[in-house]
Amino acid sequence: MNSLLVRKVRTVAGKTWPWFLFAGVVVVWAYSLLRADFAFGRKAGENLTSFLVEMASVLPPMFLLVGLFEIWVPRKVIERYAGLRSGMRAVPWMILLATLQAGPLYVAFPVAIGLWRKGCAPRNVFIYLGAFSAMKIPMLTFEVAFLGWRFSLARTLISIPVFIILAIAMERLLPADFLPPGLEEQGGAEI
Amino acid sequence: MISLWIITGVALLVSLAADRKKTLAAIRRGLKMFVGVIPILLGVLAAVSLVLTAVTPRMLEGILSGTGLLPFLSALGVGSIALIPGFIAYPLAAVLRQSGASVPVLAAFITSLMMVGVLTLPLEARYFGWRAALLRNGLAFCGAVIVAAGMAWVLR
Repeated sequence: MNSLLVRKVRTVAGKTWPWFLFAGVVVVWAYSLLRADFAFGRKAGENLTSFLVEMASVLPPMFLLVGLFEIWVPRKVIERYAGLRSGMRAVPWMILLATLQAGPLYVAFPVAIGLWRKGCAPRNVFIYLGAFSAMKIPMLTFEVAFLGWRFSLARTLISIPVFIILAIAMERLLPADFLPPGLEEQGGAEI
Repeated sequence: MISLWIITGVALLVSLAADRKKTLAAIRRGLKMFVGVIPILLGVLAAVSLVLTAVTPRMLEGILSGTGLLPFLSALGVGSIALIPGFIAYPLAAVLRQSGASVPVLAAFITSLMMVGVLTLPLEARYFGWRAALLRNGLAFCGAVIVAAGMAWVLR
């Protein structure tokens, strides 16, 4: 009885915390509009707005592309180029896919799940995420401009073997029958 | 950003021309996934904006510009927790360098910033589960240390 209640409280808290947090920042921001000396609230509101703008400008097209990818790209193609038996041949494809994108890492998660659903090997999914976090071309241009090409080149070249090894470690450390919960959304792996 | 919208628009048009029904199914799928992730995304972004407001660039300058192991570890810590967009992070890193942050510290900051995301863990866990999300972030943290150490050695 007691544990049931605890579990229920936990589920409700798990579902509502984002809204409370979001509402909290909005309240703090609104309060700063009334009190001119409350700089924290104004800054927090500005930060949240810029994040929301970034999200609204990247995520809708990304999700539409993932939807199109899932409907149109045959499973066989992904299995052949990035499936369990693709070996190291898949690495350039994953890197190419990742480097052409822009935005924060959370943008890559739905794409990664889409790849996984189409039969991409876990290792290659994590290579994609690694490449996305370490070597997106739009970010590299920024990096070169502010930190110089030596810094950028060294970081990129050292990152490549590191994230490939980490992805292989990831695949080994996860159970062989591991399926990410995101797969179950939208009717599972059959499409 | 604009190119992403253009590519998506062209892809949608081509898809529509090829098969109306399939295209509508794809749009429905994409929108459903987007709507599903909105609540948790709003929560994460709210948390990120609070942290980003509390931690000012001047504070980072103070923490990261000294010498020794402490700035290096602080850079890893700050970089792992925070989610700072590239257009803020790189100018900030340039400022940090001018105020005396060393190459390994900058590398640790930038690399952990991009590879590790403690604040975005709830979002990552929604897609990959807590186990895989924690494992990936833990490994990525080790990776950030290796990359930073490697850069310290290469650019010494």
